[in-house]
Amino acid sequence: MEFAFTEEQEALRREAREFLARTPEPSWAQLAELGWLGVSVPEEQGGAGLGFLEEAVLFEELGRALYAGPYFATVGLALAALGAEALERVAAGAERWSAEVDGLVPGLGSVDRVVTARGAVAADGEELPTMDESRPLGRLRDGGEAEELPGEIDRPRALAALALEAVGIAQRALELGVEHASMRRQFGRPIGVYQAVSHQLADTYVQTELARSLAYWAAWSVAERDGGAPLAAAAAKAFCSEAAVAACERAIQVLGGIGFTWEHVLHRYYKRAQWIEAFWGFPAALRAEVADAILAPDREESPDGIPARVA
Amino acid sequence: MDLRDTPEEAAFRAEVRAWIEENLPRELVGQGRIRTQLEEPWRAWSRTLSDAGYAGLTWPAAYGGAGAPYSHQAILYEEMARAEAPPHIGVIGLGMAGPTIIAHGTEEQKSRYLAKILSAEEIWCQGFSEPEAGSDLAAVKTTATLNAAGDAFVVNGQKVWSSYAHIADWCILVTQSDPDAPKYKNLTYLLVDMHAPGIEVRPLRQITGEAEFNEIFFTDVEVPRENVLGDAGEGWAVAMTTLLHERGTLGFALTTALEVNLRKLLALTRERAADDAVVRDKVAREWIELQALKYTNYRSLTALMQTGIPGPEGSGVKLHWSEQNQRLTKLALEVLGPEAQLLDGESGGYWQYQQLRSRGNTIEAGTSEILRNIIAERVLGLPRSR
Repeated sequence: MEFAFTEEQEALRREAREFLARTPEPSWAQLAELGWLGVSVPEEQGGAGLGFLEEAVLFEELGRALYAGPYFATVGLALAALGAEALERVAAGAERWSAEVDGLVPGLGSVDRVVTARGAVAADGEELPTMDESRPLGRLRDGGEAEELPGEIDRPRALAALALEAVGIAQRALELGVEHASMRRQFGRPIGVYQAVSHQLADTYVQTELARSLAYWAAWSVAERDGGAPLAAAAAKAFCSEAAVAACERAIQVLGGIGFTWEHVLHRYYKRAQWIEAFWGFPAALRAEVADAILAPDREESPDGIPARVA
Repeated sequence: MDLRDTPEEAAFRAEVRAWIEENLPRELVGQGRIRTQLEEPWRAWSRTLSDAGYAGLTWPAAYGGAGAPYSHQAILYEEMARAEAPPHIGVIGLGMAGPTIIAHGTEEQKSRYLAKILSAEEIWCQGFSEPEAGSDLAAVKTTATLNAAGDAFVVNGQKVWSSYAHIADWCILVTQSDPDAPKYKNLTYLLVDMHAPGIEVRPLRQITGEAEFNEIFFTDVEVPRENVLGDAGEGWAVAMTTLLHERGTLGFALTTALEVNLRKLLALTRERAADDAVVRDKVAREWIELQALKYTNYRSLTALMQTGIPGPEGSGVKLHWSEQNQRLTKLALEVLGPEAQLLDGESGGYWQYQQLRSRGNTIEAGTSEILRNIIAERVLGLPRSR
């Protein structure tokens, strides 16, 4: 058992964090140049031939940086359904994709093609105003011509990607809260000395680390195509999205009036966390799926997400 | 990253599983309560564990341990929980006294005490908290004064909340040895023979009705000078080692115990509330958060095995576990419905005991308030509140 990212994966994380600090709003061409669009695309199609664990690192960092482009839509949602030619165009940065889920398409206005139950269609429709302005949703126009796809959307993969983004958001909200509580002084002392403040941040830390463990477990399960992946991903997305929302809410409280302003970045994190919470199953809906699995009469006695842990 | 057992770990798991199946006495299976009535079979089980080499798995071989990697300890905990086997009776010796003696003891102390901890020949208890010094450990008032001959400390005072003191042979005792020294430089850590004259143990009855822990009164108790652990006046640093181990290695034991309760809750829910959407939601939450604890332990364990230091993520495990155990046991009572008040209902009082006992979880081994302070100050780097 080894539950840690490799040196190379940690190096990718450092590289991503530094790049996103320098370039908060990278272009699609820049992401292609960095190789982020083809991480799990086979080398024959111009990708890096790596796996979901490397993508996991990027989802977490893009969440932490509140990246606004259609990376989740393309890599998290659509990629698993695509054939070799489309993968080649994705890896080259030549084509952006999304998928229709519950009648809505994330980033409809900024992608080229959309995966639907009928097959692939052109991204032709109307983008709708959304609470999280950085990740709009749209509705496809009826009746476009559909092209058959070799694969289908991998829901556990998409849910795990969202759980990872949520961990990045929770982590950033925690950092913003700690920063403020260390600097802001009232009654002659930094407000972080007051336990009514510091204990909220301690709770965020604990929740964020628990969330991280679930998100990495889900990521590993998806990367390994483990039979427990649907359960792990549902569990992770339910918990991580709630943790991210709560982390933002505590940070808003700790920051006081500043945290409630449009000017401060926190509300954007808060809205992204809520976007993630709402997409493809609110936590209670996902917990209902988990309950179906763990309360099934024929389930093996051990309440373990990995039925056969012995290699 | 690989969450599966390595072939070597899988072999160890299979060996432990088979061994438990063969050796665990039926009468000890699934005992949720303190096993005072079963002290003899429990001691015998502990000796069996020790003879098989499963006590002190990670201790150095030189002191009777197996020198095994931490992953084996985790596997042992998991398999013990799976079989609902009771832990070794010497939990304080194994988890607290032993590691502290390994870290700070002289060679004489190590050879005198460690082997008998493993073999369950000697049971240890902890004398830290006092009526007026709980979370503020450095404020202890139990005194240790060097006698005229200079060969022994004379101990006077009172300790409280001491589990196992009624059956203990030895006590790790934090004393105030120098009233003139500054705070944190005034403490001496002693290894005290619980059979020495002047020691009186009085059981404290808990809200469960059981007497699991005790008060200890010390009246002119002579403790030979060679029983000082570390140096006189350096007791604070030694005590911190003990508490580090209390909080550091417990994660797996706590989480696997919670897993036993969750498994029972799943069975109870299937039987009595399979169609209750509210209960199903709550049960799913407990399952998810148990996985979160478990995988956090794995991350912490991996860091420990790679760097020798457990990762900071483990610092929240006890805090979250204690609150989750309180929530989970209350949920079980809710599923029992009106029967929840009946002590001899179908569940035989198991959940009633577990629920009441869980109220201690957020107080013992570092209150939740102290643990949040520690996270805020040492992990997040917020300014100190004291």
